[in-house]
Amino acid sequence: MRMVSAATELASRASRSKEASAGGYLTIRNVGKTYDADGTCVEALKNCSIDVKAGAFVAIVGPSGCGKSTLLNMIAGFDTVSSGEIYMDGRLVAAPDLPPQPGPDRVVVFQNGALFPWKTVLENVSYGPVRQKVLTRKQAKKRAIDLLRQCGGLDAVAGSYPAQLSSGMQRRVEVVRALINEPKVLLLDEPFRAMDTVSKTTMHQHLLEMYRICRKTIVFITHDLEEAIYLADTVIVMTTRPGTIKHIISVTLQRPRLPKMLFSHDYLELKRQAAESVHAEARKAFDRGEREQA
Amino acid sequence: MSRINWRGAASVAGFVLLWELLVRFGGGRFEGIPTLAEVLRAFGDKYLTNAQYWQSWIVSFERVGYGFVASQLLGIPLGLLLGTRKIFHEVVYPVVELLRPIPPLAWVPLSILFWPTTELSIIFITFIGPFFIIVINVHDGVRNIRKEHLWLARSLGARPRYIFRRIILPSLIPSIAVGMTLGIAVTWNVVIAAEMIASDVGLGRLTWEGYVSHTATTVIVGMISIGLAGYLSTLAVAYAEKKLMPWRK
Repeated sequence: MRMVSAATELASRASRSKEASAGGYLTIRNVGKTYDADGTCVEALKNCSIDVKAGAFVAIVGPSGCGKSTLLNMIAGFDTVSSGEIYMDGRLVAAPDLPPQPGPDRVVVFQNGALFPWKTVLENVSYGPVRQKVLTRKQAKKRAIDLLRQCGGLDAVAGSYPAQLSSGMQRRVEVVRALINEPKVLLLDEPFRAMDTVSKTTMHQHLLEMYRICRKTIVFITHDLEEAIYLADTVIVMTTRPGTIKHIISVTLQRPRLPKMLFSHDYLELKRQAAESVHAEARKAFDRGEREQA
Repeated sequence: MSRINWRGAASVAGFVLLWELLVRFGGGRFEGIPTLAEVLRAFGDKYLTNAQYWQSWIVSFERVGYGFVASQLLGIPLGLLLGTRKIFHEVVYPVVELLRPIPPLAWVPLSILFWPTTELSIIFITFIGPFFIIVINVHDGVRNIRKEHLWLARSLGARPRYIFRRIILPSLIPSIAVGMTLGIAVTWNVVIAAEMIASDVGLGRLTWEGYVSHTATTVIVGMISIGLAGYLSTLAVAYAEKKLMPWRK
C-alpha cells in the first residue's frame, strides 16, 4: 500500500520535474575509442551509433572486453572519445577535441559499487544536490530521506555506513543517490553482476519499480542476455573487440514486467533470437582469449 | 574494551609460568635469568617509588610523541605529493628509496653532530623510524584511491579543491592508519636504541644501565616497561583510528 501511494507521489513529482528538465534523449554518432598506452594501438570501440529516446530503457549486451563500459564512461564524461560525437538532448557532450565533462545529468552506478564508504547513506544520497548548491544541506537531507523512503523503505538505513549494508541494498542506495540529482540519463554499469540469482531477481523488481515511477532514460550495461531482455525496451548486442553494434532487438514484452514473464513464449522467443548472436560473439572473445594466453 | 579478553590474559599468565619453569628447571643456560618474583621484588624495592624511574617513562613517551607526530606531519604530505605529482615523484622518489633502507640507528652519529642538543638528536632518530613507513603507505594509498569515487564526485558537482579534501583525504585514511600502526612500534624500537647510545634518562637508558652494571632484574624491568609503553601507544593509535574511521566496524 505504502509503495503505491509513494509511487503516485513520486510520479507526480517526476512529471513536474519533467517540465523543468524535459528530455533525456541520447545520440551517439559513429563513436570510436582507440587506446594507445604503450605504443600498441588497441581499438576498443569502432563506429558505434545508437539513438536512445527520452525515457527509454536500453540495455547493451556484449562479451567481456567488448568496450561496453568504455562506451558508458564516454557518455558519462569520464573518458574521451577518439572519433565521433555524443549528444545529450541535442547538446554536444563528447567529441575528440572536447575535454571530458561529467555532469549530474548523466550519473553512473558502477558494477563494484562506489558509495563513499566514509559517508553514511544519508550523506551519500544528499551529496549531489549539496555540492551543486541546488539545495541546502538541510533541504537535501529531507529530500534524501523522502526518496529513500519511497524506494522501498531505505530510510531505515539512512544513518548506516555502506559497509553495514548488503550489496543489494548498497546498489539500491546508489541508484537513489543518482536519482536525487534528477539526471536525464541513468547509466548502469553491470550493477548486479556480483549477485546471486535470488538477489538479482529482487533487484530487477526494485529497478523496474524505480523506472516505472521516475521514467528516466536508462542505459544498462550487462553481459547477461536474460537480464537485458527482461528489463529493457531495446537490447543492443555488441561484437567482441573492437566493439561494434551487431544487432538491435526491440523487446515487445509489455510493462509492468513480472517474473512470470520469464517463462512466457514471447520472452523465450526473444531470448532464442538473441542468444545465437550473443553466443557467437562470446565464443569469438573466448577463442581469442585462448590464443592470447597461448 | 568492555569485555575482558580471558584468552589473552591466560596466554600472558602462561608465558610467565613458562618463564618461571625454564629458570627453575631449564638448566645452565637459564641460570643467570631472574624469576618474575625477583624482578617484582627489585621493582618494588628500587623503582616503584623512584621518581627517576617514572621520569624515564615521561621522557621516553615525549621523545616517541614528538618524533612520531613530526614523522606523520611531514610524511603524509610527502607521500601525497609523491603519489599525485608526476614530476615530483620522478625527482624525489629515487632519493626516498635510497634513504629508506638505511637503519635509523645509522643516523645516530650524524644526528649527534648535526643537532645542537642530545634531546633533538634522539627525537630526530625517532622521527626517521616511522617517517618512511608513513611516506610509503600514503604513496601506495594514493594509487589505491578508486577512480570511480573521483569520477562520481566530479559528475555530482564537486570542485577539484573539494575533491582533494573530501574524497582523496578520506580515501587515504585507511593507509594512514596502517602507516601509524606499523610506525608507532618502530618508533619505540628506535627511541630505546637511541637512548642507549646517547642519553642519561629514559626507559632505554634504564635497560642499558642494567646491562652495564650486570643487574639482570633491572634489564627485565626495563624490557617489561618498554613493552607496556609500546602497548599503551598502540592502544592510543588504535583508538585514534577508530575515531578517524567511524565507518569501519
